[in-house]
Amino acid sequence: MAQTNSFGQTSNGEADDSPNMLVYRKMEDLIARMQDEKTGIPIRTVKSFLSKIPSVFSGSDIVQWLVKNLTIEDQVEALHLGTLMAAHGYFFPISDHVLTLKDDGTFYRFQTPYFWPSNCWEPENTDYAVYLCKRTMQNKARLELADYEAESLARLQRAFARKWEFIFMQAEAQAKVDKKRDKIERKILDSQERAFWDVHRPVSVYGLQNDIRSHSPTHTPAPEAKQPTVEELQEQIKFWQAQLDRHRLKMSKVAEGLLGYTEQYADYDPFLSTPDPSNPWISDDTTFWELEASKEPTQSRVKRWGFRMDEVLKDPAGREQFLKFLESEFSSENLRFWLAVQELKRRPIREVPSRVQEIWQEFLAPGAPSAINVDSKSYDKTTQNVKDPGRYAFEDAQEHIYMLMKSDSYSRFIRSSAYQELLQAKKKVGPSTLSTKP
Amino acid sequence: MYPSIHPSIHLSTLTSISSSPVIIYVHLAVQQLQTLCFLANFPLAKMAAQEVQPSETIAKLKSESEALKTKLEEERAKLHDVELHQVAEKVDPLGQFVMKTRRTLKGHGNKVLCMDWCKDKRRIVSSSQDGKVIVWDAFTTNKEHAVTMPCTWVMACAYAPSGCAVACGGLDNKCSVYPLSLDKNENLAAKKKSVAMHTNYLSACSFTNSDMQILTSSGDGTCALWDVESGQLLQSFHGHAADVLCLDLAPSETGNTFVSGGCDKKANVWDMRSGQCIQSFETHESDINSVRYYPSGDAFASGSDDATCRLYDLRADREVAIYSKESIIFGASSVDFSLSGRLLFGGYNDYTINVWDVLKGTRVSILFGHENRVSTLRVSPDGTAFCSGSWDHTLRVRE
Repeated sequence: MAQTNSFGQTSNGEADDSPNMLVYRKMEDLIARMQDEKTGIPIRTVKSFLSKIPSVFSGSDIVQWLVKNLTIEDQVEALHLGTLMAAHGYFFPISDHVLTLKDDGTFYRFQTPYFWPSNCWEPENTDYAVYLCKRTMQNKARLELADYEAESLARLQRAFARKWEFIFMQAEAQAKVDKKRDKIERKILDSQERAFWDVHRPVSVYGLQNDIRSHSPTHTPAPEAKQPTVEELQEQIKFWQAQLDRHRLKMSKVAEGLLGYTEQYADYDPFLSTPDPSNPWISDDTTFWELEASKEPTQSRVKRWGFRMDEVLKDPAGREQFLKFLESEFSSENLRFWLAVQELKRRPIREVPSRVQEIWQEFLAPGAPSAINVDSKSYDKTTQNVKDPGRYAFEDAQEHIYMLMKSDSYSRFIRSSAYQELLQAKKKVGPSTLSTKP
Repeated sequence: MYPSIHPSIHLSTLTSISSSPVIIYVHLAVQQLQTLCFLANFPLAKMAAQEVQPSETIAKLKSESEALKTKLEEERAKLHDVELHQVAEKVDPLGQFVMKTRRTLKGHGNKVLCMDWCKDKRRIVSSSQDGKVIVWDAFTTNKEHAVTMPCTWVMACAYAPSGCAVACGGLDNKCSVYPLSLDKNENLAAKKKSVAMHTNYLSACSFTNSDMQILTSSGDGTCALWDVESGQLLQSFHGHAADVLCLDLAPSETGNTFVSGGCDKKANVWDMRSGQCIQSFETHESDINSVRYYPSGDAFASGSDDATCRLYDLRADREVAIYSKESIIFGASSVDFSLSGRLLFGGYNDYTINVWDVLKGTRVSILFGHENRVSTLRVSPDGTAFCSGSWDHTLRVRE
């Protein structure tokens, strides 16, 4: 049968690393394991009325095998994976056109590797026409066309009216070859060929099977890599050198950092601790959002400011409190400078030159009203930058000021009575306590 | 005698023994070892190819580069004194999660490809294969705005920080910004502004912490930063050897960095100011579909077609965890962290969402419900829920 068909088979004869092929190969590995004589699924011939059903296994056999061999805890997950494999056509129910897996005694059969999706089949309508035509020639009840197949055949006959003779001849030739085969072998091959068409000409218009063949335009095969030029290689070497010079932390230290952060924020993670008073998505009550947006921060919000300076800078109420504190210490120019530079970077490029001048005049120029203190190196650099102003003109100065605030002003702010009062004052309950609502 | 097939570019001039025609060979490509020959006035029959020195510079540089790369891996490995999950043994295990779908958004007539949350924690913008971009109030499930793009496969969309605009793009190779009007009857398409121009499809876009700048990634292998008002290119980022599929901005207040992932299996960390790649990680076995920073900004996670998600730490400068299971064989299309970074949500091409314990490396939950690939997944800005979009035309908000 195989030789006389003219399927539009494409293969490029080399290891294809495209994402689809990766998945096909993994599924095929699983199939190989399933077909293993010792550890695979037991395939048997079942007696039925006057005939035998060759080479089958049941749906629950598959599910059980997956659960056992892939250490899956949940039957549902095994069933889902099996259904996907069936949808790709790796095994199929022998008496149904719909390719899903049922966890019961329904009989399934393996698809022959010739028809596997990894062979990149793209069968044409003419091939389908030949197939359907052949089916009508064979006088067997089990090969009778289903309604949707009869409709397809009628449609194809109209579409290919002119070359129908040619199609008919091909179908005849195939039918002839088929007749020569052994009865049992024919049964199996017929079902496999039908399953192939169930993948490529599925019965339902929308559904699992239809989108199996759908591809995203982003996953096109990568063009062959060009050989790098001398310049590119030199760039690469510079890059690796810079990477080697980088300072790295030990894994143990890094792990402690990750654990620490996660622990600190666990109370604020709605998936780990119920928000106070409730999660709006579950209760349909938006109080939680209103509290978070309010100008008067809750105790938990204030507590969060103490975690790191970024939390204060992120929260508008936090910024306001921090600024107030700094004003009381007559050192608010640092924060105001930092905020102004942040704002500068948010503006359209057109506004940048004038803004740079404004900031320079206000904070850095000799005799500036809100003079800030930066180290001489940053100051010199900034002076240069301002002459040709870009969005990052104040980057060095801003970094210096940020470090200064972090090491000095911020820690004083957190220890200040103003902050401590805020932290204790509001008697709102913490985030982990559930409030009862009538 | 024919020139030996050597997988490198070299320009070789040769002279034959008898006469002195000059034949220039340019060897291209590695895998298929194709040779392109330009013959200049020399009959084929008499072609006696004889190779003169292959370019030593290229070969030498290549081996130097490879040597440095190997040395870097060694240096990185030296500091690997313990595994993350070992240190995490002292952390309490997570309990059982019950995550239900709280809202289902139906309205797209085709595959949902991308979504983004508004800073107000309830609105969402989503885009689909048929060119439709919809803005929803996910809390009420009402559609608030809808735009039809002139192209199909709108693979990228983003909400502006102010909540007053959305950006989107796809097979049109552009990123366009639509200001959102309060007037429901106004035609949004009329106010459309084309900002970014790439030479291949737009795979992802994100506003920086301002409505005025957009960061984009493209199938043309580059990322770029644009000024929204003028459409001016502020900075471009070159370094990926194939399509760039995703990007994420570092969450820091002072952050000037972002990470991108591509079909070259690399995840690159970039300095927005200089355009330089400052760190690079290459451990995935296939395309990286999604990258997302850990909330502290010290690490990031990636999801790939190799069916794994991985965690890379920037201070350790290496991969520190792999999230995978033998039963997960389909690619991960999108990943995001819960607010504390303890949970990693992954949307997969097998229609499921797997929830991972980031520290212990185990899977805590598997969520079904979508009837086709999960193509996009984002946790809301305050972590109260996450939304997944799928090729089954729907979006689901779950908690």
